[in-house]
Order: sequence, then structure tokens, then C-alpha cells
Amino acid sequence: MLKKIVILLFVTCFACFNTGFAAESGGMPQLNPEFWISQIFWLIITFGILFIVLTKVILPKISDNLETRKSQILENIETADKQKEESQKKIDEYEKIILDSKLKAKSYFNEAREKILDDINKKRAALEKDLDEEISEVEKELSDLKQKSGEKINKIAAETSAELIKELIGEEVNSSSIAAIVEDQSKINRERKDV
Amino acid sequence: MASNPMYQFNVYRIGPEIKLGSVDISFTNASLFMVISSLAILIIFNLGAKKKTLIPDKLQLLSELSYSFVAKMISDTAGSKAKPYFSFIFSLFMFVLFCNMFGMIPYAFTVTSHIIVTFVLAAFIFFGVTIIGFMKHGLGYLKLFVPSGVPMVLLPLIVVIEIISYLSRPISLSVRLFANMMAGHTMMKVFGGFVISLGIVGGWLPLSFSVALTGLEILVAFLQAYVFAILTCIYLNDALNLHH
Repeated sequence: MLKKIVILLFVTCFACFNTGFAAESGGMPQLNPEFWISQIFWLIITFGILFIVLTKVILPKISDNLETRKSQILENIETADKQKEESQKKIDEYEKIILDSKLKAKSYFNEAREKILDDINKKRAALEKDLDEEISEVEKELSDLKQKSGEKINKIAAETSAELIKELIGEEVNSSSIAAIVEDQSKINRERKDV
Repeated sequence: MASNPMYQFNVYRIGPEIKLGSVDISFTNASLFMVISSLAILIIFNLGAKKKTLIPDKLQLLSELSYSFVAKMISDTAGSKAKPYFSFIFSLFMFVLFCNMFGMIPYAFTVTSHIIVTFVLAAFIFFGVTIIGFMKHGLGYLKLFVPSGVPMVLLPLIVVIEIISYLSRPISLSVRLFANMMAGHTMMKVFGGFVISLGIVGGWLPLSFSVALTGLEILVAFLQAYVFAILTCIYLNDALNLHH
């Protein structure tokens, strides 16, 4: 079916061709030399003008523009590289500074700590010394007091007992004998206490 | 007779008859489309080249991409020695491309579908390349016809073949472009005629063909311009870097 249609089409087409050619002067208009010279003439003129204007005016502009773009891009890449390097340098510097300051801070901290510890130790030592002195003083006083207190008590006891005896008997007794008795008694008491 | 598929290639006078001596150089529809194509190229590329911003806008990008496209094409095929001929090949490529593309507009005239136009371009290229070859290498340019590594027995035959192939360059170059353009446009016209003659019932098939052909022809229009330019580069390469 399709084949038939196509064949039919070609036949009609061929008929058209024939009638067409019969109506025209015949053949291809391209081979009619009537306007050949005119076509050549106008081709030379138009193509010549086109060629000259493109060569002298337009193409240099485009080429210039492309060149400037290329160089601009290269320049930009260069500056970008430079800036990258610079920033890397600055980053390194920054890191170095940070590291330095960290170390410095650490050393300051350590120094301060040592100083404070020293201070504390010194003060503590001084305090301990003071305390020791005071304690030893007090101990001494205490031991003095202990020693003295026996005698005093004895004396008081002797006096009191002398007074008591005087009141009871109404007669004065020899104070030395009383003291001796008190001494004995207190010795006995002390021994008892010790035991 | 508008249904004749060859009618579109007719050249007719626009305006008065202009005569230079006895030669008719009247302004025709072909001349009109040459002027339109050239003006379009100049306007587009001038606008594209005018703004010199670092980040290009659309027209600037278009012109710069075309520039680098042609530059790359030349440096790939003909090397760095072909740089002085860049602007010629660029103009040639753009002219052929724009003429082809303007031909794709309905009712427009396709300048490159005329053998005389393509032949003049091809002949100019042929003579230009030959002159460049002789200027660069003197008579040594004739070595182009003597390929190295060919047995002595075959040499006369090879030389004759080489000379014929060299001389047929302008013909093959011009006929390739002309025939492609003419065949494509004729085919489109034929299928367009079928759409009308088969009407609403049978016209859909040729219509779809026509749509597909339009895409194909746009591709061919670009491709033929590219082929024309790149063959010019190859011929130029032969003339500049003689190593056959």
C-alpha cells in the first residue's frame, strides 16, 4: 500500500517536473548563463566587503577580547595563588603565635604556682615554728607550775593545818613540824596517786 | 509555475537593469541574498565584538565561540602556519553558512545552490592555494604530485592521477556544495508539492517527511559550510606544509 502510494507520488512528481520544464525555458536555472556575470560581480563585492570588514574591524576586536580575557583569567589565577600562599603563611604564623602563647601561659601558670607553693610553705613553716615555740613555752610553764604547785600546796596546807590546830587546840604548834607532817602526807598522797 | 521544484532556483532582476559596458550586472534576488547574508554576519559579529566584557553576553559568546571554533579547525588541519589565512577562512565559512541558512527560510533564495557562485569561490581558493604553494616552495611544490614510497613503475600513473585529482579540486569542492544545496531544496519542494497535491487525506506522510527534511537540511547547511571550510584548510595545509 505504502509502496504504491510512493510510486504514485513519484509518477505525479515526474509529470510535474516534465510540465514544469516544458513551461520554463528548460533545465536547471543554475546552468542558464544569463545572470552568471551579475552573480560573480555581486559575489565579489559582497564577499570582498565582508572579508575586508571582518579582517580589519571585527576579528581583531574579538581576538583582542579573547586575549584580554585569557590574560585576565591567568592574572586572576596568579593572584589567587599568591593570596592562597599568603593566607597559608598567615595561618602558619597564627598557629605559631597560638602555640607560643600557650607555652607562655603554661610557664606563667607554673611560675605562679611555684611561687604560691613557696609562699605557702614558708608561711606554714613560720607558723609551725611559732606554734612549736608557743607550745614549748606553755609546756615549760605548765611543768613549772606543776613543780611549784606542790610546794605551794604544801605551804598552804601547812598554814591551814596550823590555823586549824590553833583553833582546835588553842595553842601554837611549831610550824616546821607541821610542814614536815604535811610534806610526808603529800608524799604519801602523791605515791598513792602515782600508784 | 510555482509547483516546479526548480522554480526556486530562478534568478531574476530586482530593480533596473545595470550594464557595465556590454555586461549585465543587474541586482538580482541572488545579489539580494548575498547582501543580506553579509550584512547579517557583519551586524551579528559587530554587535558581538563591540562589548568587551569579561563575562560575555549571548551575542558576544556566539561570536567568540565561532571565532575559537574556526581557529581550532584551522590549527587542527593546517597547523600554526595557516594563521594569516584565518580571517579568509572565517569569512568563507560564515558566508557559506549564512547563505545556506538563509536559504532555509521559506521563499528565500539559496545563493550557494548556484554552481557559478560555489565555483567562483572554489576557483579562487584553488588558485590562491596554488599561488601560496608555489610562493612557499617554488618549483618544489610540484613534489605534491610525487608521493614518497611509490615504486618507480607506478610513478607515472600515480603522478597523472595526482595531477587530475589536484585539478579536479575546484570542481569537486564547488559541485559538492552546489549539489547538496540544490538536491536538498528540490527534495523539500517536491515533498511540499506532494502535501498540496495529496490534500488533507494523503498529505500527512509527505508533510512529516518535509518536517524531517527541514531538520536534515539545516544540518546539511551547517555541515556543507563546515566541509567547504575544512577542505579549504586541507588544501592550504598541502600548500603550507609540503609532506606528501
